[in-house]
Amino acid sequence: MMEEEGVVKKFLYVNRKAPYGSIYALESLEVVLIGAAFEQDVSLVFIDDGVYQLKKGQQTSVSTGIGVKDFSKTYRALEGYDVEKLYVDKISMEERGLSVDDLLVPVEVLDEAQMVELMEQQDVVLSF
Amino acid sequence: MKFGILVNEGPYQHQASDSAYQFTKTVLEKGHEIFRVFFYHDGVNNASRLTVPPQDDRNIVNRWSELAKEHSLDLVVCIAAAQRRGMLDDNEAKRHGKDASNIAEGFRISGLGQLIEAGIQSDRLVVFGD
Repeated sequence: MMEEEGVVKKFLYVNRKAPYGSIYALESLEVVLIGAAFEQDVSLVFIDDGVYQLKKGQQTSVSTGIGVKDFSKTYRALEGYDVEKLYVDKISMEERGLSVDDLLVPVEVLDEAQMVELMEQQDVVLSF
Repeated sequence: MKFGILVNEGPYQHQASDSAYQFTKTVLEKGHEIFRVFFYHDGVNNASRLTVPPQDDRNIVNRWSELAKEHSLDLVVCIAAAQRRGMLDDNEAKRHGKDASNIAEGFRISGLGQLIEAGIQSDRLVVFGD
């Protein structure tokens, strides 16, 4: 059995929803931030509309848009929390006409086979 | 086996709470252990003491309270998600100057750290959502 002290598990956060229009993206990020204190091996994956969470140029203020707090810069802060493994799904990006240059943070693009491999390696998969 | 359970949707709106309940109940019947049931997003609404569902259908909140009592389960409601959605215990109500609290028996409010801990301590964390 594993010892209680210093257990490090691979945690994967799966994000499939757009940043605005529902709260899943924001609250998922809140788990990542709190979770950082536990020093686990964390990866974030963005699939389907989840890739939009990382898109540059989000304008959400009352004057420019939907009157909702813009939390996109929080993704840039992840590095400071030692959360650096961010992956996007290749097909999801292509379907939406996005390239890595459209995104706020450095990511690795995974095809389906690579995504499956990544997921199989995980101990804890959190999906929101 | 030790299981952690995450419930991400509210009662009746989605199937998630029902599925989580059935799964949790069966896990216990099979002799396994439930480390914690954590309620996040609208899942915090499963802890509302104020629901009055129709008599001829399942009472989702009470079912959780009863299962918790029977098996000494740790039912945890995320404090941040709860504050957003107006789910408060007496402590929280006092702290924020609200005139009522509404948490059902068997549930406690705590931080997201409890979810991460459940992931670390359990053999499997099972997520129920939409």
